Amino acid sequence: MSDHHHKETFVTKYIFSQDHKMISKQYLITGIIMGVIGVFMSMLFRLQLAYPEQSFSIIEAFLGRAGEGGVMTPDMYLSLVTIHGTIMVFFVLTAGLSGTFSNLLIPLQIGARDMASGFLNMVSYWLFFLSSVIMVASLFIETGPASAGWTIYPPLSALPQAIAGSGLGMTLWLISMAIFIASSLLGALNYIVTVLNLRTKGMKMTRLPLTIWAFFVTAIIGVVSFPVLLSAALLLIFDRSFGTSFYLSDIYLAGEVLHYKGGSPVLFEHLFWFLGHPEVYIVILPAMGIVSEVLAVNSRKPIFGYRAMIISIIAIAFLSTIVWGHHMFVTGMNPFLGSVFTFTTLLIAIPSAVKSFNWITTIWKGNIQMNPAMLYSIGFVSTFITGGLTGLILGDSALDINVHDTYFVIAHFHLVMGVSAIFGMFAGVYHWFPKMYGRMMNKDLGYLHFWLTAIAAYGVFFPMHFVGLAGLPRRYYNNTAFPIFDDLADINKLMTVFAIIGGLAQIIFLANFFFSISKGKKASKNPWKANTLEWTTPIEHMHGNWPGEIPAVHRWAYDYSKLDENGELWGGQDFTLQTVPIRNGEEEF
Amino acid sequence: MKALFFIIIFVVLIVASWQFVKLLGLTKVDDQTATEKENNINGWLMLGLMAFIYGLMLNSLIGHKDVLLPQLSASAEGHHIDVLFKLTMGLILVVQFIIQFILFFFTFKYRGIHNRKAYFFADSHKLETIWTVIPTIVLSGLIIYGLWTWNHVMDSSDAENPLIVELYAKQFQWEARYAGADNELGNANVRFIEGLNTMGVDFSDKNASDDVPLTVGEGKFVKELHLPKDRKVIFKLRSQDVLHSAYMPHFRAQMNCVPGMVTEMAFTPSVTTAEMRLDKDTQAKFKHINVLRKEKGEEEVEFDYLLLCNKICGSSHYNMQLKIVVDEEPDFNKWLATQKTFAQTK
Repeated sequence: MSDHHHKETFVTKYIFSQDHKMISKQYLITGIIMGVIGVFMSMLFRLQLAYPEQSFSIIEAFLGRAGEGGVMTPDMYLSLVTIHGTIMVFFVLTAGLSGTFSNLLIPLQIGARDMASGFLNMVSYWLFFLSSVIMVASLFIETGPASAGWTIYPPLSALPQAIAGSGLGMTLWLISMAIFIASSLLGALNYIVTVLNLRTKGMKMTRLPLTIWAFFVTAIIGVVSFPVLLSAALLLIFDRSFGTSFYLSDIYLAGEVLHYKGGSPVLFEHLFWFLGHPEVYIVILPAMGIVSEVLAVNSRKPIFGYRAMIISIIAIAFLSTIVWGHHMFVTGMNPFLGSVFTFTTLLIAIPSAVKSFNWITTIWKGNIQMNPAMLYSIGFVSTFITGGLTGLILGDSALDINVHDTYFVIAHFHLVMGVSAIFGMFAGVYHWFPKMYGRMMNKDLGYLHFWLTAIAAYGVFFPMHFVGLAGLPRRYYNNTAFPIFDDLADINKLMTVFAIIGGLAQIIFLANFFFSISKGKKASKNPWKANTLEWTTPIEHMHGNWPGEIPAVHRWAYDYSKLDENGELWGGQDFTLQTVPIRNGEEEF
Repeated sequence: MKALFFIIIFVVLIVASWQFVKLLGLTKVDDQTATEKENNINGWLMLGLMAFIYGLMLNSLIGHKDVLLPQLSASAEGHHIDVLFKLTMGLILVVQFIIQFILFFFTFKYRGIHNRKAYFFADSHKLETIWTVIPTIVLSGLIIYGLWTWNHVMDSSDAENPLIVELYAKQFQWEARYAGADNELGNANVRFIEGLNTMGVDFSDKNASDDVPLTVGEGKFVKELHLPKDRKVIFKLRSQDVLHSAYMPHFRAQMNCVPGMVTEMAFTPSVTTAEMRLDKDTQAKFKHINVLRKEKGEEEVEFDYLLLCNKICGSSHYNMQLKIVVDEEPDFNKWLATQKTFAQTK
């Protein structure tokens, strides 16, 4: 921290900043912008699904030639779902969520002056920014963006003859993702090193808030699995550009036999899902961490089963790396291997159930403060359960056969990792906004935002299960070619109406977020009366976080409503900062 | 430029919703966590959300029941899948109903009002053991039953005299070939594709000449894949170009078609097309569909089994289908006898 008294210019403070708090804001705002793009895309293709033959001027306005006459082309539909998936999973829920909150909270909650390497942290953000720019740029090229689905299975993604989006669009997708992976790895290494080495005096691993545990384990999964996606992408680049046959064999396309021989697309699927499955936990674990913290603070109660929560996080992380085959039950993989993956997959339900029950017990007999962050956290638990339960069907190989790649899958993963993770992210934004900007977000807009979003989320994704059980495959431009799906029109319209309500509700959030940065009410130092260290830092941000010594820690983060031997609240208030020494006669939990 | 217009509207809406709050003077002072009034209102609203979720569940379960696939599985193997499915779904619905109730009820009941004091309750080994052990037991049951079903469905090694059929996927249509009198498919590879040999069959292989390719029948407009009732059918799946997936929802069957390899799936059709048309779920569904079609001025349709593509394969992925007809075995044999083998077509 040698640059402590260094005079900062605009560029070093706001652009090439090495301060974790500024980097966290950069991540958040980039993530929000990408989120707006991703959500807007989903509204466009929901319009197409509900009203397949109708013309919409908004479609023509934004899609240009691919939306001539107000009806999008099939290729553009596939591009939209591809880029929607990519943006939401990676740019919003990985970088936007982990990048924002790991950066903000790791140093503040463990009591460190900054990340272990401020420079790498800055590089990590700017690589993320670069990859976002490339991904967005790919929307504007002549042959259209990548359109092979976010899973980019070859040969479709490898051969421009098979679909136009696999030309330059896919090249840009791969370059963008390669840079993105480099960014996540730099970030993740930094998080791991920081948590292991820079904890303040007294901050044992068993005193860390669950947020930090979640970010820490997430970073480890990222380091283990992201490189595999990078190698998968590199081999795909080789197949596309240098004529190798890692994934391709015996292909006849556009009137000629291609030279590829001996490769297998199934290899790509294995490599992809070796990241792809842990990725959903990279998305959901930070949200779980945030929710654990927010639920405890606003229930004014300790998180229930702190140690069980840590063990569950670790168990989920471990299991997440050995379940990827459940995405591949019907790919021609050996059925015995399918049995193994069914077994490991269903095991994940156990730590997930433990976590859910522990959250519910946390609010039991609490004194629940219903601020927007708390509403989102309760919403998270609800959608996580609703979405998680159908995992019992998809994870069971025999049952997966008939719902694989149908809308049932879309409903499942949107609820369990899409909506839940977004809810976790909103909870985090509402809760830590005062720490980020020193001001409060407007609570009434927050309430309105939550209620519209929660209703819309259930309204879109609950009926969607039934569309899947009717047998409708995903990634269909429309279903009018099949009379057996004619009766789905009503549900499709209903879901689209809710999707539009949900999309428009985000305008309220954007207004609240961007205006509160400058116009919000000034926040007090510890607005939620929380125990963790970040609330001991000054409201006005400073390099190094604490003006003097870094405070030492004497207790865990969850001493809420703790009573002394006379049955009175310790110190007369229902929270005890981690920096408060254990008092006479008090038992440390 | 119209896009710019929409973006401006979007920005104006953002500004307007902020101004709206200021106009109403909703911004409050002091209390930064939540007031008792807020806790009260939102507590009640949480019960409302619970009612909404239950409403959606019931509305979907009752109101959307007839959009589902017919409850009657068209294959013997599918029946086992359906039993497992109903069991799992029943369990899910019960758990969902109860846990959501507990979550929202606690949220409502313990909303922060009247100086409520929270109860310091950090740990209980007993409780945690209970909710580790119970899911473990339930899951063990599901896993064992699931794996039994999976092995039963996937293992076709003990089938007596199965019918062997090849499905060949390409952008954006299906081709098929019956194994013929010797019940063995001749070798094939994309390198043999030429002229009429669209499936790339190797005619130097002695097994190939009696294979029966599927063609558009006389007086028909589309290809029909005929299958016999009560005889195991083993499908050998190949793809010519990209990944496809052979999905036959009524038979509870699906397997990907992978270029460069032959994948396999098998089932025993147990309900003929004619029988399925008389099934009451199917009739209810098609009655509904035909009412909707009539409103749109489209012709009435009858139930047919379908093969769909269920792996994204390009622009027309959404319209890559093949009609399937299940006949009684004698009818099937009669039909097959009218089809020409490769040797006969040459």
